[in-house]
Amino acid sequence: MATRPLSPHLSIWKWGPHMAVSILHRVSGDGMALVGLAVLVWWLGALASGPDAYATFSAHAGSWYGIVVLIGLTWAFFNHASSGIRHFVLDTGAGYELESNRLWSWVSMASGVVLTAIVWLFIIVEKGI
Amino acid sequence: MRHGTSIGRVRGLGSSHHGAHHWLVQRFTAVGNLVTVLFLIVSLIMLPDLSHATVTGWLASPVPALMMALMIVSTFWHARLGLQVLVEDYVHTAGNRFAVMLALNLATFVGAAAALFFLFMVVTGAGTPAPAPAAPAGGM
Repeated sequence: MATRPLSPHLSIWKWGPHMAVSILHRVSGDGMALVGLAVLVWWLGALASGPDAYATFSAHAGSWYGIVVLIGLTWAFFNHASSGIRHFVLDTGAGYELESNRLWSWVSMASGVVLTAIVWLFIIVEKGI
Repeated sequence: MRHGTSIGRVRGLGSSHHGAHHWLVQRFTAVGNLVTVLFLIVSLIMLPDLSHATVTGWLASPVPALMMALMIVSTFWHARLGLQVLVEDYVHTAGNRFAVMLALNLATFVGAAAALFFLFMVVTGAGTPAPAPAAPAGGM
């Protein structure tokens, strides 16, 4: 790393919703890239390998830590999708005014949580997990 | 149009003229991910159960198989682009960055190829045990 003065990084700014939505976009996206795709390949591999391998996958996926990972991936998807749609709007040049930027940052983050809750409430109510 | 010296571009330090392409493909695949992953989530929720027979039966039918093939290509491509940005932001040494990008590209192709191959096996029924043969007439 350079020893010259660098631009101030995360630690020096006052936190706001725009910073939170930005870092959560990265966390949820890279989380899905590293964990979600691994789970996807495992799931497909288990399905292709037959009922025994699939039973092993299902036992892990249905355990308490499996449910935690699956809820986490569901949140990551809806959070990343919500803030991703926010990025599409920002790409058009709209939504940079302070108040609307703050508002839609909050809406993006809330939307990720609400959509995750809807999906898992549906699963719990309809399937009893 | 050109920024930096020739040797700078060769070393990957100048404009490589692929920025717009990266940006656009990231957005094209984002839309692909949105459609195909929503399809996967809704489909899994709507299945009567998640037994091996039910899930493989669903996955082997034409529309789900196509949607999952598209999802695999779109998500792995998008993940590779997103992780590249992560690497560019946090891995500063040129040699390390080259090594990490090499590993990232290999992992992307290995993962996507494995997923597509497993999907092909499910579609062709290669991994599903054959149904028990009917008892021959007259019995054993």
